[in-house]
Amino acid sequence: MKKSLIEEKIFKMLMYAAIALVIYFVASVVLSVFKRGLPLLSWEMVSQLPGGGFYIGGGGGFLNAIVGSLYIVGGATILGLGISIPVVFFLNVYLKPNSRLGSVARLAYDVLFGIPSIVYGAFGFTLMIYFEMRTSLIGGILVVTLLIIPIFIRSMDEVAKATPTDLMEAAYSLGATRWETIAVIVRQIAPAIATATLLSIGRAIGDAAGVMFTAGFSDRIPTSLTQQTATLPLSVYFQLQSPSLEVQNRAYAAAVVLTFIVLALSIGGRIIMNRFSRNKIQ
Amino acid sequence: MNRRLLKDRTAGYMMFFLTISSLLLVVTMGIGLYLKASPILEEHSLWDLLSASEWKPMKNQFGFFPFLMGTLWVSGLALIIAIPISLLMAIYLTEYAHSLVRRFVYPFLDILAGLPSVIYGVWGMLLIVPWVANVAAPWVDRNTTGYTTLACGIVLGVMVIPLLVSLFIEIFSNVSHELREATFALGATRWQTTKHVVLRKTAPGIIAAIVLAASRVMGETIAAIMVCGNLAIAPGSLLDACYPIPALIANNYGEMLSMPLYESALMFAAFILFFVVLVFNLFSRLVLKKIKTE
Repeated sequence: MKKSLIEEKIFKMLMYAAIALVIYFVASVVLSVFKRGLPLLSWEMVSQLPGGGFYIGGGGGFLNAIVGSLYIVGGATILGLGISIPVVFFLNVYLKPNSRLGSVARLAYDVLFGIPSIVYGAFGFTLMIYFEMRTSLIGGILVVTLLIIPIFIRSMDEVAKATPTDLMEAAYSLGATRWETIAVIVRQIAPAIATATLLSIGRAIGDAAGVMFTAGFSDRIPTSLTQQTATLPLSVYFQLQSPSLEVQNRAYAAAVVLTFIVLALSIGGRIIMNRFSRNKIQ
Repeated sequence: MNRRLLKDRTAGYMMFFLTISSLLLVVTMGIGLYLKASPILEEHSLWDLLSASEWKPMKNQFGFFPFLMGTLWVSGLALIIAIPISLLMAIYLTEYAHSLVRRFVYPFLDILAGLPSVIYGVWGMLLIVPWVANVAAPWVDRNTTGYTTLACGIVLGVMVIPLLVSLFIEIFSNVSHELREATFALGATRWQTTKHVVLRKTAPGIIAAIVLAASRVMGETIAAIMVCGNLAIAPGSLLDACYPIPALIANNYGEMLSMPLYESALMFAAFILFFVVLVFNLFSRLVLKKIKTE
């Protein structure tokens, strides 16, 4: 056989191996967490607050962490959408396609996207000290909002940028102002808003380093924005540090809940992407 | 009519304000962290901080060398693991695969990209750490708990694969089909075309993607902290424990309020991380953008 054909074969084998390896990694991460945690998961764990002596093996569950995570993710998603949607409109409707500000802004969001959540956490922490705030639900929500804004803007902007200029010019020629033309863009980016939201929720619910500094941890469900709150990732992390096997087991159960939520979001995102794109004009 | 124009304009100003203030976040973050870090920079010189290896906050000794080395070792190892796998996978998906295969593989990458850091940490503790302790270390006659640079590098390497693959795929799809067809017409095999045309044409993009991935690995916190061993000594081999910078910040944030200088030292660590990530990101984003517009 010719040398070039042998080389072709070898590299093709390596490519198959790489893909098999990645699929193995996915299966291994998901299955190892489920295998360890699923048998331990009980209704008590997801429906009760930590009882007395929880961290030395007492009874109770981690409802505080589940609800805390939902509060933070819910608040941050709403705030994040409220800030990013106008920014995307501004970048795509009000600015000209080759605008200086537009390209600087897009670069800045790319950079913000790359900054690790621990830096957001440390920054949020210094701000909170400056404003004499304590670690609290609102602190966690604000930091997670900052964390997900770049994801929102980048993924929506990617789609909005592809809007055909003809479409907007048609609106202008009918006498629409830029503000009114936004109605056209909204239809174009509707599926992108949905997928960006799911993507951000996934990132927000899994973030631990950011909320560690700003939301603190608590065994109760917060009743006001100024109280500390637990989150699922931190609940997994803290409980795993315990020497008691019973507490560790609960961490694995919490990890199953977290993995399950993230998997559901990821699969849901795919479905929405496929279904929602019908109204879009290419 | 005027009402409509007024609406148009007010909305424009408000959106402009939101855009500018979100942009200023980058600047504010840099300045804020720098101001917080400045007390320690006044007391110790930058070089002393970076090169000293004694970390005893209570005795006013702040040496960041072990943590810098920890980050360097872990990121290097993670990239060595992730780059070949991602590159081969991206080549297969863009150059060889049928679209059905792509539809089958993408969801796996989605899941890998979406799993939270803490879940990777759990996976590391359940599988990788025992593997290092029971298989890898005895193989070279070493005894460890498994919480090592090696375990940390593997976990972070797997975490960064989806980012690398998606960047590579984006870069490869930018190479025009005519270019590939020209080499096919000359009788080249697919791999030869890939090697001589696609990879050569996209080399700057590949470097940029790797730099971006490096900045991502350096900032990983919770997954690293759970498997790295957290020992403030510069690692001498893959089977030593290590202590990357994000782990340092996350582990000590509770204690740091007891001493102003301690807090300043940790904010200095956050500032280093911010600065390096910023530079890496700016570089690679500019290169990637230039490739796209070509």
